[in-house]
This record gives sequence, structure tokens and C-alpha cells, in this order.
Amino acid sequence: MATNYDYEEAPATYDEAHRQDLGYDPNFVPDSVKSLVVHLYRHIREKNVYEIHQMYEISFQTLSDRLFKDTPWPSVDAVAHFVDNDQVFCLLYREMWFRHIYARLSPTLKQRIDSWDNYCSLFQVVLHSVVNMQLPNQWLWDMVDEFVYQFQSFCQYRAKMKNKTEQEIALLRQYDQAWNVYGVLNYLQAFVEKSNIIQILEQEKEGLEQFTATDGYDYSGGSNVLKVLGYFSMVGLLRVHCLLGDYQTGLKCLLPIDISQQGVYTSVIGSHITTIYHYGFANLMLRRYVDAIREFNKMLLYIYKTKQYHQKSPQYEQILKKNEQMYALLAICLSLCPQVKLVEETVNSQLREKYGEKMARMQRYDDEAFAIYDELFSYACPKFITPSAPSFEEPLVNYNQDAYRLQLKLFLYEVKQQQLLSGVRTFLKVYSTISLGKLANYMEVDDPTLRTILLTYKHKTHAVDSEGKVISNADVDFYIDDDMIHVVESKPVKRYGDYFLRQIVKLEGVINDMDRIKLD
Amino acid sequence: MGRERETPKEQQQVSYTVEQLVAVNPYNPDILPDLENYVNEQVSLQTYSLDANLCLLRLYQFEPERMSTQIVARILVKALMAMPAPDFSLCLFLIPERVQMEEQFKTLIVLSHYLETGRFRQFWDEAAKSRHIVEAVPGFEQAIQAYAIHVLSLTYQKIPRPVLAEAINIEGLSLDKFLEHQAANGGWILEKGHGRGQLIVLPQNEFNHPELKKSAADSVPLEHITRIFPILG
Repeated sequence: MATNYDYEEAPATYDEAHRQDLGYDPNFVPDSVKSLVVHLYRHIREKNVYEIHQMYEISFQTLSDRLFKDTPWPSVDAVAHFVDNDQVFCLLYREMWFRHIYARLSPTLKQRIDSWDNYCSLFQVVLHSVVNMQLPNQWLWDMVDEFVYQFQSFCQYRAKMKNKTEQEIALLRQYDQAWNVYGVLNYLQAFVEKSNIIQILEQEKEGLEQFTATDGYDYSGGSNVLKVLGYFSMVGLLRVHCLLGDYQTGLKCLLPIDISQQGVYTSVIGSHITTIYHYGFANLMLRRYVDAIREFNKMLLYIYKTKQYHQKSPQYEQILKKNEQMYALLAICLSLCPQVKLVEETVNSQLREKYGEKMARMQRYDDEAFAIYDELFSYACPKFITPSAPSFEEPLVNYNQDAYRLQLKLFLYEVKQQQLLSGVRTFLKVYSTISLGKLANYMEVDDPTLRTILLTYKHKTHAVDSEGKVISNADVDFYIDDDMIHVVESKPVKRYGDYFLRQIVKLEGVINDMDRIKLD
Repeated sequence: MGRERETPKEQQQVSYTVEQLVAVNPYNPDILPDLENYVNEQVSLQTYSLDANLCLLRLYQFEPERMSTQIVARILVKALMAMPAPDFSLCLFLIPERVQMEEQFKTLIVLSHYLETGRFRQFWDEAAKSRHIVEAVPGFEQAIQAYAIHVLSLTYQKIPRPVLAEAINIEGLSLDKFLEHQAANGGWILEKGHGRGQLIVLPQNEFNHPELKKSAADSVPLEHITRIFPILG
């Protein structure tokens, strides 16, 4: 296996080389690091998930902040003998080592490739041998999340061919399998299949399996690693497919997870947000605006209520960023599908504060409106990638924006098609019946054109769901009798059924908790 | 994967095998030829599989040098025929911009645009000019007519004959025959409009007759109720 990094390789920038040359000895292991590694190894062997989580989440971060602000951690070779040269521990350590590089420094091409090798080795071990560990869900999620992130980062990096050095190009040619899209997708798929997670979730619904109830942990002496990695890989697949622009398949990969309920995906805030963000975005692109609005609303409310508890967490910044992006996406959805009644009061007031003015302008459907749709979409969309191998022919170009430009173009195209709908809406809100001729007059179009506009309104507000059923998401609706338009206002219906069900389960939980209390 | 040993039995089940491949082993460059054959099969047998076609478009995305623009064009035509489902857009998301700039794809995008915005007259005019693209796929005309009727049924309780005629591109005697058939089998009713010609009464549904809309918003799926059975005791 290659060493962690190589001074002879061309580093990311000259500054990186400088910093990596000076004041950093990969073989120097401070006592605090030795202590952390030894204890973590012991906790893993003893399956003490709570302690593992504390060390992983807190100790590692604290040491990173204190000792390794802008240098790598000690090399795995330097710490291996503290942990009996345990293969799996070393792979896990290396995974965190590379994650630190990506987070605090800038990875060199060689480091990117070595990280890929490490993931391959680690995943092979989990997939093909019996791993007898219990790791915290946070850690397992972070692994999948980071894996997809590094893939995305590599595609972005690779697509900027223009200023690549000869060394970099040679390395790219030589290691063409690193971060290969087939490899990435097949590993995620392998986790889903080998863990049998889909069947487990199915059987859980019939009470034949326990998974969600134990948060994925195995209390019968086994390991949670493969199962939970399989579970999180479904979210990973959703994310990769969104990056490729394949929203339909992405949602299909997520299907086994019931997002109307709590689940293992909500046990880690990062996984919860990533799931809903991509679910919502995919539905937006599929024109299922109501589904997107509903989920964004729930997620944003949840973040609003709980973000204070994550202030010290290393994910806090990411949480805030995704929060802002989801508000932007919600603004877009509501401008295309004005169903404000679907949005909770708190979320709505936050939305008005951030995007109230922009939403008003978006609904005007002039050039300025398109500029704002462009701005919000570009801010909030995933970092789309071009998965194919680069062309090494001269002239070398940068094509890292191509994927994003295509998605943006198609999105704005859809927005343009809906251009006249807000005009129709305004009139329909005012009249209960109106003749085609009169409305055509008011809208300054001829009769045939008005008919096509009304057909467009109907088509765009009646989405086809995943089962092929037609669902109306029109806030104002109508029908035409010969040449008379009859307007129908849809009344908001409160969902009492769901509310009562939730309260019943909650009350039962409280009563159970109370029963468990023993009074002396 | 796929067909290593072709016994006579396996040969009969080719399309079944392809659907399985897509479900079980989709990220595999070796299945590309199977998927391409499957597209041609969908065209000739008038079947359709969005998942298989998306799988193929993804593989083309991963290996652009293996892309066949002819196959892609056929996929797009099939997607058009699936309207009102958004399949056409879903396919476009996976096709590189420079490919979409080619003449045949520009035409297909224009055709889609007309259908998305209810401009049926312009659609049929343009389709007539692009016979070579659309006539290559059997069932195209009928599929678009079905879509047209779908949108009209969302919108109209009663529709004037000329409007219908323009939307489904049938006129005169053929239209008479068509209307008779729909009246006999599809629940359509033909009326005499006030002096302006025939009015066609379309079948009632919850979209053109809002009073028929079941208050589905408050119904709770049985699955959710079964979760509280243990509590209710």
C-alpha cells in the first residue's frame, strides 16, 4: 500500500508543500494522540459504543483543533504499533486521517488516490469478512457521507484540466480506476445488497425484525457495521444519483426508507438533513412541488427547534448551510406552486424574512424573475458532476461547470414554460365564472392562445406521482363548459387523522416512561 | 452477467432478463448492448420501460464514446409518448448539452415544448415536418392523442368540436367515426351546441367536476392505524 503522502509529488499549492515540509513530522506522535488511539482501540474491542462515540465526536475534534489545525495527523505507520497493528483499526484511522486532510487542508492528487485505495480496502473488509464491531451511527454515516463527498470533490478536481501539471496528468492516466463512477456506485450498491437491509426493513414492518427500534444497533452480540452502512448507502445512492442528474432513480434508491416516520436516518442529524435535502430537490426537478414543500417544511421546522443543541458540533456549519439552501429551494417551490397553507407558521415567517421580497419578484415572471430563479437555484443546488473520464487531448479545458449548467438550463426552461400561469391565477382568484372571450381580453391574448394557456395551467398543476396517479397541486382550480370558465377554490383540509395518531403514540411513550420510574 | 449460456428457454425470456439486470446490477458497463436492444424492442413491441432507459442514458453518461444518438432519439420519442409523465425531462437531464444541440434533438425538444404548453396545433404541424423521426416509432400518434385527451379531460366538461379536432389532429369523417367510437365505449356524449356546431361532453372525473373530489386529504392509510393497535389493546 502506498505511503500516506510523498514529498516528491506535486502538492496542491506551493504553500501546502511549504507547510508540509516544515514543522510536521509524520512520525511524531504526541502523548495525547497515543492516549486517544490506545483508548479508542480498547473501546472498539470492548464494543463500548458510548465511549467510542465520545472519543470520535469530541476527543478527535478537540485534538484536531488544538494540535493539528493546519497539519495532518501522525501517519498510520507511527501509531500502528500502539494498536497491535490491527488491520481494521488502521484502516479506520486512515479514513479519519484523510477526512482531516480534506476538512482542514487541501488534498494532493496522490492523497486523493490513496484515500480511494483506503476506502476500497476498508469496504472490502466489511463486505467480505466478519467484522465484529459496533460503531456509533454518527461514525458510520460520516464514512458514507465522506465517501460520496470525496467522489464529488474528485470529479470537480478532475474536470479542471486546464492548469494540470504534467505530473498530475500522468498520475490521472496511471490511476484511472481511482474514484471511478462504476466503483463508487457498485460499493454503495454492494453495501445495500450484502447487508440485506431492504429485506430487514420490510420484515420490520411485519414485526419479524428489529432494526429501527434499536437504532440499528445489534444487542445480540453481533455487529451493526454492515447493516447500518447498507442503510446509509441508500441515502448515499440518492445523493450520487442527484449529482448525476438522475432524480427518478435516486428517489427509487431511497424508497425502502419511510421518511414519513422516524428512523435510523433521523438518528444522525447529518443524515436526516442530507436525506430530506436531496429528496426535496429531486421532487422539485420532478415537478412534484407539494411533496418537496411538505418535506422541506418539516425539516426546516425541526432544524429551527433543535439547532441550538448542535452548536458545538463539528457539523454545525454544514447544518446552517443546508438550512439556508433549503429555504431557497422552498422559496422556489412556493413560487412555482403557491400552496402557502402547507407551510408551518415559524417556517413561513423565516421564509418571508429571507426571501419574501424575492418571491414576490419571482412571481412576476419577467426577466428579473428569471434572474432570481437562476440565483436561488445556483445557490441551493447540489454540486453536479461529470462522471466520465477526462479527455487528455489538447487543448485541455475546464468542464467542471458543464453538469451544473445543463441542470440550470433545463430548470429555467421549465420555469419559462410556467411563465403565464401566475397571470391566470390572479384572474381566477377574482372571478367565480368568466367567459373565455372576456378573460382573453383582460390577458391581452386571443381565444385560442388563452385555451392553450389554460391547458398548460391544468397540465402543470396536475403532477404524475411515482405510481402514475394524477394529483392536483393547484391552489385555484377551474373547469371549462364550452366557453365559460368556472372557478373552483380548494379549501384547506386539516389533517386530523395524522395528528391524533402521533399524539396517541406520544402519550403511550410518556406512560411507558412513567411506568419505568420506580419510586422509593 | 447477462447471458453466458443461452439455452432455448433463456432465449425466450430476454426482456425479463433485462429488467432483472436493471434491478440487480445496473452499474455495469457490460449490459449496455442488452439495454440498447431493449430500446429497439420497446419500439417494435410498443412496450415501455423508463427505468431501463434511464439506466442506459446513465451508462452513456459514464462512457460518452459509446453513445448512440439514434438510440437516444428513440428513447426520447418513447418518453414523449409517456406524457403527462415528466419522463422526457428526466431523460434530458442525463443527455449532454452538446448532444441536445443536434438537429434531431432540437426538434424533439420543440415538440415536447409544444405538448407541455398545450399548443397542439403547432405540435401536429411540426410533427408533420419531422415524419422521419416520429414515424420510426409505432404508436406515436395514438399516444399523443391519448395525452391530448387526458389534458382536455382535466380541463373541459364540454368542449367544442373544433378545439378537440385540433388537439387530436383528426377531422371530418375520421373524426365522426372517432367520436362515435368514444360515445359507444368511452362514455362521451355528443351534443348540439348553440348554433356553433357539435359539443362533446367528456366523462366526469374529479378534475373537471370538482364536486366529485373525494376528501382524500384526511384519510389515513391502514398501515398507520395498525401501528397503534398494540396501544389500543
